[in-house]
Amino acid sequence: MSGELSMKERLAIERVHMPELDAAERSRTFAEVNRGLDREKAVREAQRCIRCRNRDCVAGCPVGVSIPEFVGALADENLPEAARILTRDNALPAVCGRVCPQESQCEARCVRGKKGDPVAIGYLERFVADWAMSHVGELSAEPLPAPIGKSVAVVGCGPAGLTAAGELARKGHAVTIFEALHDTGGVLRYGIPEFRLPKTIIDAEVARLLALGVTMECNVIIGKTLTLSQLQAEFDAVFIANGAGLPTMLNIPGENLKGVYSANEYLTRVNLMGAGRDPGSPTPIIRGRHVAVIGGGNTAMDCVRTARRLGAERAMIVYRRSEAEMPARVEEIKHAKEEGVEFVMLTAPLEVVANWEGWSHALRCQRMELGAPDPSGRRTPVPVAGSEFDLPADVVVNAVGTRANPLLTATAPELALNRWGNIAGDENGGTNLPGVYAGGDIVRGGATVILAMGDGKRAAAAIHGYLGSGAA
Amino acid sequence: MYDVISNDILAPSLHRLVVRAPRIAPARRAGQFVIVRAEKGDERIPLTIGDADPAAGTITLFVQAIGASTKKIVAIPAGGAILDVAGPLGQPTHIGSWERVACIGGGVGTAVLYPLAKALAEAGNRITTIIGGRSSQYVILADELAAFSGELLVTTEDGSRGRKGFVTMELAELIADPLRAPRAVFAIGPVPMMRAVAELTRPHGIETVVSLNPIMIDGTGMCGGCRVVVGGESRFACVDGPEFDGHLVDFDNLSARLATYRGIEAEHICRLAGKEAA
Repeated sequence: MSGELSMKERLAIERVHMPELDAAERSRTFAEVNRGLDREKAVREAQRCIRCRNRDCVAGCPVGVSIPEFVGALADENLPEAARILTRDNALPAVCGRVCPQESQCEARCVRGKKGDPVAIGYLERFVADWAMSHVGELSAEPLPAPIGKSVAVVGCGPAGLTAAGELARKGHAVTIFEALHDTGGVLRYGIPEFRLPKTIIDAEVARLLALGVTMECNVIIGKTLTLSQLQAEFDAVFIANGAGLPTMLNIPGENLKGVYSANEYLTRVNLMGAGRDPGSPTPIIRGRHVAVIGGGNTAMDCVRTARRLGAERAMIVYRRSEAEMPARVEEIKHAKEEGVEFVMLTAPLEVVANWEGWSHALRCQRMELGAPDPSGRRTPVPVAGSEFDLPADVVVNAVGTRANPLLTATAPELALNRWGNIAGDENGGTNLPGVYAGGDIVRGGATVILAMGDGKRAAAAIHGYLGSGAA
Repeated sequence: MYDVISNDILAPSLHRLVVRAPRIAPARRAGQFVIVRAEKGDERIPLTIGDADPAAGTITLFVQAIGASTKKIVAIPAGGAILDVAGPLGQPTHIGSWERVACIGGGVGTAVLYPLAKALAEAGNRITTIIGGRSSQYVILADELAAFSGELLVTTEDGSRGRKGFVTMELAELIADPLRAPRAVFAIGPVPMMRAVAELTRPHGIETVVSLNPIMIDGTGMCGGCRVVVGGESRFACVDGPEFDGHLVDFDNLSARLATYRGIEAEHICRLAGKEAA
């Protein structure tokens, strides 16, 4: 029993390494890169947790997972208990175990990180979530509370919507999710590639929600098929989590040439529609020999690694600051480099240059240098005069970000927005309209899966309070 | 699933499908479209909503079978079902009062024209409709359009029906006649036709609306694949359009972007036919 491990023994265990597919092999397939820990390694890693009193890791988690408890149960090899704790606290643990930036959240707060490496909480979360998925029969079915006669509409089936739906269903509310696309998951499905998050994981997490009695209706665009006021009339409360789906344009010459994609289009073609991936997919994609991806976030990494897998000889990240300022996760940058991605740093795009047939041929760029810090603390890039040069690029992908999608808000003028067009929400997602809550990217602008999930969890608690207060 | 109530053939490879879509039928306005997927794994195809019956909860779609995906859609018989129908998408047509309006349809564009011509007529505009096609069998919806048009003119390239030539010949004569000259023109059809109409009306300052059909995926503004250049700015046909001021549209860019996958599609069709790509 690990309970008998001394502090010294716990401290002596070194942090586990995540087994990965070989870089040369994986850079040509969409198979998942991280293979997951085996049981022995996972238990051993869990035993590294010294069960400190402060539990700072929990405060670092946007959804407040009881990390020491599930890790402790795993260290004691009580997997059903670990799974029970984890799935109670987190609606999408198999997703979070794969895509959360643990290094800047729970693991950043781990006391073991002060001298050495933090406990690999993300790897353990993934291990327990995957174990739970493949041992459904050994877990006691979750008892469902009796229906309490209230109904909630959830707009959007991404991480915020799924989380809120799960939380509300567990409290006995009748939840209907309206999704604009033909399939579930939102950005988890159309945005994040299979080599980071296999679609079977999304299917399984969604199936778990449906088992809680959540109703799913795809092909319904709120703002078009139904309006917010129709939802307000039909449901006791509404949670809006329709994402920041509107690409930001670069506004440079040549942006509308053939071969120039937004990140959303590039990833949607491949991830949602199967272009270049499923042999029978009728949705096409331009593969590109030389692919330049503009941007330095996780979406840019997803695009450039996808480009490699579609056969690009040169797949390049073009970013106007230096690697230190890149918002992408350290793991994504590392994986991209291992897969042969080139990092063209301190470089800003000026123009997409066409060949004689009107195709993208090159990305005209300018070198930058770092000047004074901006209000966010990152140093502002400043152009270097006379430093223009061309990068060969028959495909250019713009991954600089997204803005608020206007479809819902355009038909709900009574809903208060901030100056960027995002819905103005308080700390619990409350809007200016009673019974209408919002969360995820439609409130935050472009953020992460786990922050969206945190919004969904807090909004669900607030909605539950609102519906219980008799105000509805 | 969305039940197919009826499926008629209007012209070679042009079908009219009436589909049960009870949420879309009451929400839809003239000029809007839906995104359709016949089966799992298929492309998302934008199709104009030709008409709607809110009481019956049905919408009418005009589908020209040109690619593998549209061929699959028209192959669904009455009694069958379409997997996904999402909408209504896009901005509704601005139905103003111009008194005299010319509505011009080319080929399958006539099917897209039909709902907005009907809405313009219902709003009290006097409609002159000009429709054209390669030959008589490609002239569609003539009787349906004649029902509310003050005048219906037909042109065919081979002269097999109506006047031999292009729709622009009739439009030029219309503009030259002070008693019949339109105050606004709606033109929907192949890009060269819409461009020719816009060039014809430009010197006369006649308001000209065209409906664009760029390559589209989600139809909700999320991907930006359908961007078109209008007045020097990128606009998304799915959320800002599909109708735009024909005098401001960059038709060269639209034509170029529409050709993006032409090589790939040809290769795909060759493979489907079991032949070597040329």
